[in-house]
Amino acid sequence: MKGPSASSGNAARGQLLQWAAVLLFFAFIPLARRSFFITMANEVLIMGLFAMAFNLLYGVTGMLSFGQAAYYGAGGYTVGLLLTKGVFPYSVALPLAPVVGAALALLLGPLCIRLSGVYFTMLTLAFAELVWGVVFKWYGFTGGDNGIQGIPVPEWFHHPLHYYYFTLAVVAAAVALLRRIVESPFGAVLQSIRENPERTGFLGIRVRRYQLAAMVISGAFSGLAGGLFAGFHRSIGPDMLHWTKSGEVILMSILGGVSSFFGPLVGAGVILFIEDMIGKYTEFWEIWIGGIMLAIVVFFPRGVIGTLYQWTHRKGSRERDGRATAHP
Amino acid sequence: MDANLVAAQLFSGLTSAMTLFLVASGLSLIFGVVNVFNFAHGSFYLLGAYFAYQVVSVTGLPFWPGVLLAAVGAGIAGGIMEYVFLRRIYGRGGEAGFQILLTYSFILIIDDVVKMIWGTDYKSIERPESLSASFTLGEISVPRYDLVVILVGILVAVGMWWIIRKTRFGRNLRAISANREMASCLGVNVPLTLSLVFGLATALGGLSGALSAPTRTVTPGAGIEVIIGSLIVVVIGGLGNFWGAFVGALIIGEVTAFGILFLPQWAILFSYAVMALVLVFRPEGLLARKGSA
Repeated sequence: MKGPSASSGNAARGQLLQWAAVLLFFAFIPLARRSFFITMANEVLIMGLFAMAFNLLYGVTGMLSFGQAAYYGAGGYTVGLLLTKGVFPYSVALPLAPVVGAALALLLGPLCIRLSGVYFTMLTLAFAELVWGVVFKWYGFTGGDNGIQGIPVPEWFHHPLHYYYFTLAVVAAAVALLRRIVESPFGAVLQSIRENPERTGFLGIRVRRYQLAAMVISGAFSGLAGGLFAGFHRSIGPDMLHWTKSGEVILMSILGGVSSFFGPLVGAGVILFIEDMIGKYTEFWEIWIGGIMLAIVVFFPRGVIGTLYQWTHRKGSRERDGRATAHP
Repeated sequence: MDANLVAAQLFSGLTSAMTLFLVASGLSLIFGVVNVFNFAHGSFYLLGAYFAYQVVSVTGLPFWPGVLLAAVGAGIAGGIMEYVFLRRIYGRGGEAGFQILLTYSFILIIDDVVKMIWGTDYKSIERPESLSASFTLGEISVPRYDLVVILVGILVAVGMWWIIRKTRFGRNLRAISANREMASCLGVNVPLTLSLVFGLATALGGLSGALSAPTRTVTPGAGIEVIIGSLIVVVIGGLGNFWGAFVGALIIGEVTAFGILFLPQWAILFSYAVMALVLVFRPEGLLARKGSA
């Protein structure tokens, strides 16, 4: 996430190369010809989008939300409920997922931003748990803890490869849009709120309004990720909204590095891979995740990308490093 | 609605208020003095409950020494967490985020350790023989055990108030809470005090877990429920405010107890509704005074 000041031709080309590399990597994964890789990559894309939506709040605006699963789940249940009740086809239900995610954020956001810092974090968690509780208990509508099975997505999507490329296209478009938002003047305001909310307020900017806007946008992209997941798995349950899901995207973002744009995507890949590997050997994978997180917080606060960047740019400009240290 | 039912709910609300208060006051104390939001505080409740199960039901110690031992055990675990890990991140840029992550990792670790040692099935403890009966007054009957829990809660509240306001240790706490650097310059052993505060507060959480073990079955995963309950309490009462935690716990305990009468399935919604109201009208909490621990 380099600022507009770094927009020399060189940097722009570097950025384009980065995008092309990521896109090509995902586009060629199916060449491995193993369904395991396609499924894994599909999940990485969905969770990566979710983590990047989270990072718009945390890495960009400096608001650590522990309740993003509520919006992810809202998107998932929007698709699940609309399709199983036969209200709308998938082509309408999926675009509605981000709308519902945004609407929920518009409802809960004003309450959460009344407090800041750790209390903001805990409020997001509390309200997300409330949403989870409602979904979990409302058997008549959401299916309770049974969730929703057999979501009728169009036949064409049943082929893993078809759905994979569909996900890739949607995620790529969404990520490009997110990037545009971060680099717009609006995004600059969000970053200045991260650096110093008080001073930003002194500039005559209504900090709360921007914070709410960040929550709504993040909620929308989280909802989109949830909608994609519902179509991918074709069965959803309340664990989509559980607090551990919110924790997972936090961990992914931190592990990848919150100050790099693609960091959360990398983190999603690493975490999902670790979960899969550890899950084969032991049911106690949480302790591993906890241990990894503990090690990162104590030893590598910049995350994978941030640490690599630091190592390769030891001698690089100090000013640019200042950005990364602002919120490691 | 008849008077007996109301009285019964009143007492059941008081009982859960006291167990909530024990956790929430520790959370509030740590926030006020150490300036850390201990997200893993509920996990010490969990540890307390399992320690009590181990000592009382498995090893066969009498109930009260067992409860005490469980609280001390949880406190030692908390002190170790602060001493070995938490103090490494004090003063780091963006500390709040790291606090959450570090303490979150402890939730995951403690959860799994508990599952590894004690398994995932429900555990229960017999309450002591002498307290298994009910205390009756006219037509109202209250389980004796509940009365004892209420009593313990009030005793702890008064004891904590005494420690914070009247002892040398408490004076150091307040000094650190007001200005850590200045307190250090004046000769307060800040690192030691912070570890002790952490130990004391997590011991309270453990005590709450141990006391709740006979009335609620013990399961892993209770930690997060408890931390959210205490969070609501602390937000309602006022951040880092000791008596605020007490008042908040009373409100939430009673609101939940009476909520169960009207809408049993959605009782939990009521405490959220109260929190939302407080956030809208008094976001700083009902009893907020800045700088009081």
